[in-house]
Amino acid sequence: MSEVIQEFRTKAEAVSAIVSSVPSLDQALAYTVDLCARKKACQMLVSGCQEDLSQKAEDLCGLRKWGRIIAAPGLARDDLDRLVPMAREQGISVIRRDMRKHLEGVDIGLTICEYGIAETGTLILDSSSEELRLGTMISEIHVAVIPASRIKGRAEEITNDLETLMENNPNYLAFITGASRTADIERVLALGVHGPLELHILILEDR
Amino acid sequence: MQKANNLKEYKRELGEALDNDFLRKAMDKFAVAYRSARINAFKGHEEEVLIHEVVRVKDAGIDNMMALYEEFKTRAQAAGVHVHLARTAHEANELIANIARKNACKKIIKSKSMTAEETLLNHHLEPEFEVTETDLGEWIIQLRHEGPTHMVMPAIHLSRHQVADLFADVTAREQKPDIQRLVKVARRELRAKFTQADMGISGANVAIAKTGTLGIVTNEGNARLVTTLPRVHVALVGLDKLCASLQDALTILRVLPRNATGQAITSYVTWITGANQCLARGTEKNKKEMHIVFLDNGRTQLARDPLFKQVLRCVRCGACANVCPVYRMVGGHQMGHVYIGAIGLILTYFFHGRDKAKNLVQNCINCEACKHVCAAGIDLPRLIKEIHTRIQDEEGHPLTSVLLGKVLKNRKLFHTLLRTAKAAQRPITGGTRYLSHLPQIFARDQDFRALPAIAKKPFRDMWKDVRPPKPAHPKFKVALFSGCVQDFVYPEQLEAGIKVLAHHGVDLDFPMGQTCCGLPVQMMGEKQAARDVALQNVTAIDPADYDYILTLCASCASHLKNNYPFLVGDEPIVGVKVQQFSDKVMSFSSFVNDILQVTREEFNPSGRTATFHSPCHLCRGMGVVHAPHELIEKSGYRFVRADEEQVCCGFGGTYTSKFPQVSQQILNNKLDDVEKTGAELLLTECPGCVLQLRGGMETRGSRVQVLHIAEALARAKK
Repeated sequence: MSEVIQEFRTKAEAVSAIVSSVPSLDQALAYTVDLCARKKACQMLVSGCQEDLSQKAEDLCGLRKWGRIIAAPGLARDDLDRLVPMAREQGISVIRRDMRKHLEGVDIGLTICEYGIAETGTLILDSSSEELRLGTMISEIHVAVIPASRIKGRAEEITNDLETLMENNPNYLAFITGASRTADIERVLALGVHGPLELHILILEDR
Repeated sequence: MQKANNLKEYKRELGEALDNDFLRKAMDKFAVAYRSARINAFKGHEEEVLIHEVVRVKDAGIDNMMALYEEFKTRAQAAGVHVHLARTAHEANELIANIARKNACKKIIKSKSMTAEETLLNHHLEPEFEVTETDLGEWIIQLRHEGPTHMVMPAIHLSRHQVADLFADVTAREQKPDIQRLVKVARRELRAKFTQADMGISGANVAIAKTGTLGIVTNEGNARLVTTLPRVHVALVGLDKLCASLQDALTILRVLPRNATGQAITSYVTWITGANQCLARGTEKNKKEMHIVFLDNGRTQLARDPLFKQVLRCVRCGACANVCPVYRMVGGHQMGHVYIGAIGLILTYFFHGRDKAKNLVQNCINCEACKHVCAAGIDLPRLIKEIHTRIQDEEGHPLTSVLLGKVLKNRKLFHTLLRTAKAAQRPITGGTRYLSHLPQIFARDQDFRALPAIAKKPFRDMWKDVRPPKPAHPKFKVALFSGCVQDFVYPEQLEAGIKVLAHHGVDLDFPMGQTCCGLPVQMMGEKQAARDVALQNVTAIDPADYDYILTLCASCASHLKNNYPFLVGDEPIVGVKVQQFSDKVMSFSSFVNDILQVTREEFNPSGRTATFHSPCHLCRGMGVVHAPHELIEKSGYRFVRADEEQVCCGFGGTYTSKFPQVSQQILNNKLDDVEKTGAELLLTECPGCVLQLRGGMETRGSRVQVLHIAEALARAKK
């Protein structure tokens, strides 16, 4: 494993990301389905519904009617065609749009990222599509696939590419490093305050 | 928020904060944890280089502010954004309210924005709209109807129990004080707010002119939801956030999170260019209705002020609060108005007015810790003093500081008064070296540590007797600058210093025309008096006559070295000399260790353990850290380093008499830290610190002996 990838891995793990290597995208899809199947029915349910909520927040919980969901808004058509049957076998549905109907949460959001930055263990994800943006925020687990060849040392190495993306107006670009976190109460770290409770990174060995 | 009408009320509020045990404990833990987190975050990076880069980027932004604004506007408009410029806070608030009205928005969600705090946007919107903060800390303080106590961690002053009680009110159910669960409750409650909102308001940490991009830094990810779900997005952005390119923005991003929370980067950095896709109901062609309101509120005027323009470099990391010993004791509600910490003391004056700033600005102990962690190299302590002076110029100077200024300007009068004070104290020292009954001037709240008596004979009267013989082959011609405290209270420290210098070829002189360095009056906002005494000293000690100007008081040294050029650099004749003067100023330990290069052979090792308190003006003011450690070891003591060696002792010259309660608490922390080392001796290099520390140990009945490092060296010298 190259030094850059090793550093990326170390830095991402330091901010509690769960990092694995996968030899192919099919393996990444299988990983995602497996993770979803093993996952508790609904973390939001577990971490939320057991809490004492106001009636309004309680009403939001619509998960019971949906079952397990993988949101894969950015996935290419043929990749999706391979994912859907794998998921169906486990009783998991796959959605690509209508995230707004699932604001109460989905189990997994699956995305393929543009770049990785080793220095900070950061993923760079073009989130210009609203579905993709929401998919990575309403999911309880974000599974991000990053091709090894796209992992750079520092963000400064790709400023031109990023600026080109930005100039391709309009654009919504996300640097994501670890799961959503807060330390606002007594400086105690808590994961999953608004976004994912877990971030899984799959390094796709493409070289 | 500052509600105090006068200094007396402000002091009462400080007292209440000091009595808040939870707050004190929380702040303490935070201060200690932050220190190591920051060191870790900068590991492998040249901190100074990174900060210098931020200064370069921010200065360019300040100098080209309006050109960058035009460039940004052109780019953003081309990408479908409405760009506005608000001259004042009120104008910004009204603009935003109008956008909400025009788009028939009722429910507003916000992600954290200090700029919106600055304009008191919520107060403006709340009567008409339902506004919900979504950053956890901001939501908590919004529910409590409070302002933030920290720029990055707004609810750091609250305990889990208080949050649980608050959430119990919100949910109308009982809540356990379990932080992980409380966070999930907030997640669910706020998710409901996200789904219903029709307008989102965010701030921005950077605005990139080249691409018309906003950069928003968050850990929670709430800014992504705020800028995604509602059909309307308004960003409120200070003009100071403009920079030229993504490269510039990344330069700032390299320092901001490291300095703020010790993170290499935050969980989310969001870059928004143009009106993005939005699939909410009621949008036109599935495009977000996006507005960016740039806020001036005095920024363009500040940008033209040669001295104060640097405050616009601030990236709002909050580090100046994180290291502030006063903030650590009293928290952000007392150490700021809306903006908190050292930068808050300054910004309050510009953004919220003299009335809010006038008490606050006096609450700086001048330890310079803020200046040395500032992400943008802002000379915070100096600017605070400048504001202090400005306010006094505008409102009239208080009698005590005018009097002190007048007295100090007249050296002979000042010294006569000190001699008279010596006579007057006789009945109250009871023959000890401490004042056993405080004279009236010091009486109130000063009894937390024993105060020293004024010496029988000032150093200047002893000089003819203790003056060392001129060496046959002088290596260095040195002027000794005593400062008032050593001259009149601790002359024995100077005598000890003279003993240490012996046999090293030092031709020592004590120019009699010297007077107080002027720092005390500068601390009181008496700039004119500070200038006058500076002129007297530079005239009394002609730098052309000496190789070094040596002082055993770190505060004097730092003031002579760092502030004199600013104070009198513009004077016609002295102005030229003052730079030479400042260049020659040297602190005792660096002179003895680095220039004289004393050796172990000169000392009899005692093997006693000694720790060191590094005066603020030594480690930060003079940049001297290692020389004292080396000297302690060379002279045969066993050196043990205290964890908080470089944290202020709470003296701060006139600070201790103005804010005795805070001073006392800082001192207590200091003494605890020293006693933790188990050292028999506590050494330091500033008579002010000696006064504070020795008095504190005496009152505690501690066995730790406090000495000036010169005294410890003199005792060990063969």
